[in-house]
Amino acid sequence: MHPQSHSAKRLITGFILALALTLIPFAAVWTMAFPVELTFGIIALCALVQVGVHLHYFLGIDSRTPIENVLAMSFAGVLIFLMVGGTLWIMFDLYERMM
Amino acid sequence: MRSQQAMALNNDGYLAPEHFDQVFSSHGTIMIFFMAMPFLTGLINIVVPQQIGARDVAFPFMNSISLWLTAAGAALVMVSLVIGKFSTAGWTGYPPYSGAEYSPGVGVDYWIWALLVSGVGSTMTGINFVVTIIKCRAPKMRLMQMPLFTWTTLCTSLLMAFAFPALTVVAAMLGLDRILGFHFFTNDSGGNMMNYANLIWIWGHPEVYILILPAFGVFSEVVATFSQKRLFGYKSLVYATAVITVLSFSVWLHHFFTMGSSPNVNAVFGIVTMIIAVPTGVKIFDWVFTMYKGRIIFHPAMLFTIGFLVTFVLGGVSGVLLAIPPADFLMHNSTFLVAHFHNVLIPGAVFGYFAGFQYWFPKATGFKLDEKWGARSFWFWIIGFYLAFMPLYALGFMGMSRRMERYDVAEWQPFLIVAAVGALSVLIGIVCQGMQLYVSIRDREKNRDITGDPYNGRTLEWQTASPPAEYNFAKIPDIQDIDAFWDMKQRGVAYAPAKEYEDIHLPRNTGIGVFLGGLGFLIGFAVTWYIWWLVALGFLGVLACLITRSSQDHTYQIILQPKSRPMKRLVSRHWRKRNQHRGISGHEHIQP
Repeated sequence: MHPQSHSAKRLITGFILALALTLIPFAAVWTMAFPVELTFGIIALCALVQVGVHLHYFLGIDSRTPIENVLAMSFAGVLIFLMVGGTLWIMFDLYERMM
Repeated sequence: MRSQQAMALNNDGYLAPEHFDQVFSSHGTIMIFFMAMPFLTGLINIVVPQQIGARDVAFPFMNSISLWLTAAGAALVMVSLVIGKFSTAGWTGYPPYSGAEYSPGVGVDYWIWALLVSGVGSTMTGINFVVTIIKCRAPKMRLMQMPLFTWTTLCTSLLMAFAFPALTVVAAMLGLDRILGFHFFTNDSGGNMMNYANLIWIWGHPEVYILILPAFGVFSEVVATFSQKRLFGYKSLVYATAVITVLSFSVWLHHFFTMGSSPNVNAVFGIVTMIIAVPTGVKIFDWVFTMYKGRIIFHPAMLFTIGFLVTFVLGGVSGVLLAIPPADFLMHNSTFLVAHFHNVLIPGAVFGYFAGFQYWFPKATGFKLDEKWGARSFWFWIIGFYLAFMPLYALGFMGMSRRMERYDVAEWQPFLIVAAVGALSVLIGIVCQGMQLYVSIRDREKNRDITGDPYNGRTLEWQTASPPAEYNFAKIPDIQDIDAFWDMKQRGVAYAPAKEYEDIHLPRNTGIGVFLGGLGFLIGFAVTWYIWWLVALGFLGVLACLITRSSQDHTYQIILQPKSRPMKRLVSRHWRKRNQHRGISGHEHIQP
């Protein structure tokens, strides 16, 4: 763990970014300023960036992180790919057959 | 349940339909969440820290919270028997039936909150043991030197940490549907109840491996100890476990082949389901080869293991049969399926836990279990099992579907009576276990395990005293082999005193975990009955507990070792002073 990873500045930056990334999708849904498909896209994108923000600012993951962390995250990546990818595949497949 | 079905030909039996539905729903929920999960977590807690030469788990406070949240979930199910009623929607609670429209009342809410509260506990247990095994091993223990039970625990913990959030999410979504009128799984307003089946089985399939992998670990330990041989194919067992861990996340659709997916989707998941049988088969062969040419001791733990080997293969074969989607379309929702999953879970999980219970009992309590009653209970269990579930395979082929509280086909009744006799035999088996416990406690002085190593064991947990000291090891062991303790005994260093001891850091006791569990129960109960002020109060309590805990600075205590260098200095100064006017010598009184 790097000494600066828990510095107040880093945590506050992370907090502000996380807050912004939460407010943007809420605003998009609230105002309905964009077409529905684009709103979905915005929500998904903000969620992904949010994950990155949490990992970097709160958990101190950066390019110098030890190899075990990289392994653990790639394992998580494989499982998330299986779960989310599988769900999307199954549900869209069903959706087409229901039409 | 079985007696109901044996009697219910052309009449109502003795349970009303509504009550019967509650019985099978709570049977599934209790067995999975509040029998199997706590049993395996308990075994893991007792054994794993000792097997890896650690003094405690990585996060002891979190461990205490997990325990009490599980207890809170179980308490919610129990309370539902008295106050209100339990869910009638089966242990998986499929909507739309479990939605507010078709299941008003508190039953499903009890079920949701029991799952949510205990699910959070299980997630934390998973995280805790992943970190414990990765970070807290004895310094010299390499990953490929970990005992098999530790390996299976690592894989199970990974599954828990990744799969249980899916359960939490899906239960919370169903709760939102019911309480706040959301439309995740409703018929109208864009809801899709099929996604519920999808999401719950994303958790549900890894869950069966969460239940079964630790049992596989127990069998691996038991079979090596009681065959008095090194485990055959250690590496292949580890790789098989790892392969199962990953594959278990890619087969969940086989629980709903009939939902209407396209042939491509069904084919892919069917094939993966068949593939996952391969590593399991590898393990079976490894255990059989371990027994080959071993000098087998028929301890009850070994009996359960052999019973598992024979019976589990049958269940596995019927599982591969069900993995073929067209065959699944025919057997789906029949008692054939019921027979299949009991045939894998009873030998695969329950027998494993029993074997572990028989095997590690002296380690946890300091005295051995009576072997005669253990063997009796095994025979009643295994005969009862075959009598109870083999008829269900036949009934499935005869077209009987599951969860029927009455029927009017006369040909079914003989089979159901046999099944009820089997259930009775299992009951006698359970009584025998009670007797075993009673007899063992009565004769505990005779059965004391003085050495800490009653079976000439191979792994590190047998090096500690029985029951182990609070800190497990006075000196962290030096590991040079897979069967670390066996290797030490061979080299003659197993009981050698160390040259130097260090101070021991242990967590202080704290009662906050109990409070958090109690608050979890309160919140679950309050939401079930829509008592919102109590919910708010509960969350305030949780906040108070967290703040209290965070502001405690001294969560660790230190046991000073008399032979560590700073302590030696301290002690000798102290004793020199005291002995001057008392004339006593020695400082053994603080010997750990």
